[in-house]
Amino acid sequence: MSGSKEPTSVKQLPKTATGIDGFDEITGGGLPQGRPTLICGGPGSGKTLFGMEFLVRGARDFDEPGVFMSFEEKDTDLVENFSSLGFYLDDLVARNKMALDYVHIERSEILETGEFDLEGLFVRLGFAIDSIGAKRVVLDTIEALFSGFPNEAILRAEIRRLFRWLKDRGVTAVITCEQGKGTLTRHGLEEYVSDCVIILDHRMIEQVATRRLRILKYRGTTHGTNEYPFLIDEGGLYVLPITSLGLTHKALNERISSGVPRLDNMLGGEGYFRGSSILVTGTAGTGKTSLAAHFANSACLRGERCLYLAFEESESQIVRNMRSIGIDLQPLLDNGLLHFHATRPSLCGLEMHLVSMNKLVRDFKPSVVIMDPVSNMISVGSAAEVKSALMRFIDSLKMEGITALFTCLIVGQHQDLTDMGVSSLMDTWITVRDIESGGERNRGLYVIKSRGMAHSNQVREFVLSSDGVRLVDVYVGPGGVLTGAARLAQESKDRQEGKELEEEIERKKREFETRKLAVEAQVAGMLAELSAQEKELEKIAREEAERKAWAERERAELARQRHAD
Amino acid sequence: MALSGDNPLMGEKESANETAPERRYELRLYVAGQTPRSLEAFANLKKICEEHLKDRYSIEVIDLLENPKLARGDQILAIPTLVRKLPEPIRKIIGNMADTERVLIGLDLRPRKS
Repeated sequence: MSGSKEPTSVKQLPKTATGIDGFDEITGGGLPQGRPTLICGGPGSGKTLFGMEFLVRGARDFDEPGVFMSFEEKDTDLVENFSSLGFYLDDLVARNKMALDYVHIERSEILETGEFDLEGLFVRLGFAIDSIGAKRVVLDTIEALFSGFPNEAILRAEIRRLFRWLKDRGVTAVITCEQGKGTLTRHGLEEYVSDCVIILDHRMIEQVATRRLRILKYRGTTHGTNEYPFLIDEGGLYVLPITSLGLTHKALNERISSGVPRLDNMLGGEGYFRGSSILVTGTAGTGKTSLAAHFANSACLRGERCLYLAFEESESQIVRNMRSIGIDLQPLLDNGLLHFHATRPSLCGLEMHLVSMNKLVRDFKPSVVIMDPVSNMISVGSAAEVKSALMRFIDSLKMEGITALFTCLIVGQHQDLTDMGVSSLMDTWITVRDIESGGERNRGLYVIKSRGMAHSNQVREFVLSSDGVRLVDVYVGPGGVLTGAARLAQESKDRQEGKELEEEIERKKREFETRKLAVEAQVAGMLAELSAQEKELEKIAREEAERKAWAERERAELARQRHAD
Repeated sequence: MALSGDNPLMGEKESANETAPERRYELRLYVAGQTPRSLEAFANLKKICEEHLKDRYSIEVIDLLENPKLARGDQILAIPTLVRKLPEPIRKIIGNMADTERVLIGLDLRPRKS
């Protein structure tokens, strides 16, 4: 019975790790072990370097000696050229870890007089392999043979035999080939090497060079089919397996301060989420870099590492400028927590930037990355490219739980910047906007969005002072939102009005008191009058009584005198 | 020519005529084992030399299977390769020497075709 439905464990081809950064990841382990691999590419695409790094890393890291057979460069030149990459070939040769063999073919010296084969080459290669017990072989660039020997039929047969021979010897071989016009290799060698074909490309896009690597074919294994950008720097090749990233990062609940206490308040009271991406947009001179510097400063003061990718200003310029708002970055630079990487975007292509940024992140291991400003990237790529590059960068940062802050310059009053459309990639979006009124320009800060937290919908006035960024409540009154001097004026007017009111009340109080006193005095007067009248009345009554008494007495006297009876 | 002994190709040196007024030829033939092609090349070469360079040539045969190191010195890739060490300039003639005309050109015994 055939067809057992159970999944059988897939046996992967044995692979030889190249040790080249990133390459082993995209190939799932390296080059096919014991088989030849063809590396195609134009001039200057990095073929020789690929081959050499494969050998050097093999010798250094995997204890696999290698033979480098050069058809183009003299061995002394190779030693010299690669020492600049920190590959000390003469040392490896001295320790029998590497054999360099320069094959020189001088067409004018050679005269063909009949049948021949390339047994001499086999003998040389075999001798070199045996002398150091090589496991790896690089032939760079074997197509040089075609210029040396006119008989192509013999040559092709011999090259085919050579590849088979390499396979029989069980060495993992890298054969470099010049890319032809419209064909993979100039002399069609790809038909002899069927296991693994890799294309290196060095192309110019808008005067900016970008290096890419593509695995055209890799028999018996799965591999990424995308073009992977790669970088050649002082450490050799670095391939970025970015396109393979997915949305699998874990969301962190930890919060970190933005460096501006009131901004933290606006962001649900605690600041940004760790591992989130933050976009700060604003027109020119609105304080984006200052916000970024606050964030960097607070991260470093917590003892975390911060990588500052500056695309507009130099390190010393930023340090100087931030000192004017009371942030001293110099000590942080000195103790190594803060690292600046200042480059012009036009230095290299977008992909290159991406690769180098990823490499920096990997080497420096920051917990906070600042990119200032990301909008400059548009000068080296189209909006879609920038967006895709940023997306991959953000993804790779999120995978590591790194918090990233991007500043972005917006032009004009388009609040949605976004000639790049990057805002949708961001978790938190803060915009700093000019508010112009009363003949002056002030800054208003808004939190446009902040995923996963209750954030303030308030506009805050953003004030840059010598003690750093301050957020001030804007004046919201009947006259609308006021900021700056207008706010101050309004506030002072308010104060003035209040004062006047108080005085009025005071005055009213005093008036009342006076009136009260007056009324009281009046009442007292009236009472006095009343009592005076009373006294008058009493006096009159008394006088009347006296008069009556007197009249009585008079009458009695009269009667007595008349002797009335 | 009889091929007997351990390695008839090795150590074969023809002595040259000291009095010859013409230039001496110092030739070195690289082979890899006693393949028919190598033997053929040696036979062809010997014949040409006997005919055109009688008594003023020497042929040193080097078997790379025995001395693989030597391949590097004279930059040998093709087998068989005849290296004309003298007269200068150094010239390499590859193949089994079946094309006598081209061998003669290589040895400067015939003017090169323009």
